[in-house]
Amino acid sequence: MPIHNDHIKEKLNAQFGDGIISWDESSDILSLEVAPSIHLKLLTFLYDEPTLGFQFLTDLTGIHYPDQPARELGVVYHVHNLKENTRLRIKVFVPIEKPDVFTTTGLFSGANWMERETYDFFGINFVGHPNLKRVLNVDEMDYHPLRKEYPLEDQTRIDKDDEMFGR
Amino acid sequence: MARPVRFNLNPKDFTDRGINQVELPDGHMGEGFFATSFDKVVGLARKNSIWPLPFATSCCGIEFMATMGSHYDLARFGSERVGFSPRQCDLLMVMGTIAKKMGPVVRQVYLQMAEPRWVMAVGACASSGGIFDTYSVLQGIDQVVPVDVYVPGCPPRPEAIIDGVLKIQDLIHNESLRRRNGEQYKHLLETYGIQ
Repeated sequence: MPIHNDHIKEKLNAQFGDGIISWDESSDILSLEVAPSIHLKLLTFLYDEPTLGFQFLTDLTGIHYPDQPARELGVVYHVHNLKENTRLRIKVFVPIEKPDVFTTTGLFSGANWMERETYDFFGINFVGHPNLKRVLNVDEMDYHPLRKEYPLEDQTRIDKDDEMFGR
Repeated sequence: MARPVRFNLNPKDFTDRGINQVELPDGHMGEGFFATSFDKVVGLARKNSIWPLPFATSCCGIEFMATMGSHYDLARFGSERVGFSPRQCDLLMVMGTIAKKMGPVVRQVYLQMAEPRWVMAVGACASSGGIFDTYSVLQGIDQVVPVDVYVPGCPPRPEAIIDGVLKIQDLIHNESLRRRNGEQYKHLLETYGIQ
């Protein structure tokens, strides 16, 4: 029996009324955007509260919206209550100049590599992460390739600059 | 009663079907002896017993498996012995996309091979990065190791891979024994930071 969306909203609004920025329901999953200051508390609450019990982190990823001033970089958490088969999506947005987000590795061990990946590709600084270094790209890489200011193609090469390749 | 299976009772004449034997190099022949120059014999021996080292990371590797299989059969060219240790092999065949993170591995494998060694880049990805014109993919293995023969195709058919092996054989056959000590070769390796 899936947990009713109204119950989740009620519980979270009662606990974190100020920190919740917006609610949304897209693709049949309840979503909420929260302030970066409370997102770890909120995830812990979702984990511990007996009537919620979101104890499984399905996925964690980053996103970059260059057009949103002061909240360009985002982290999206998908949590799952396996008993009730209910999913919830949580978004946190931070400014690109200071992309600090608290780590969730204390809560979900599986977040370790996912946060490293998000750091690798988006440069989000997970405060308190035990081993925040690149996991997929080469260690020598000096930028975060999935940020929008970097074109997809490798810009260092010189042999594909003719009109055949559109450079 | 006719036999259900036709055995080879009437062997066919293959002499006009292009079955080649390795030709004798130039030299002097007499009764019981044959004299020729040493590098021709060495080239002949090397070229017809190449041990390939497959470095297969994607679909070109599947085409290589077809090349090694009975239908195309690289063994016809003396290369049936695929070695999986770089220390034993002569020909590094890089088949497939090499990510930048894999680049040092390719280089390490090349360094572990003993001279003389040859490298073949099979397919668009190994030759130039192919369609993966992106931040994570090495844009051609010639950025990390010197390459002798490039085989085009995405992926190349087994015929193309065989053609590349024959090109390698030509190189081996015509290579001077002193080439690997030459200034040009040393300079080439230096540009890759090897030795």
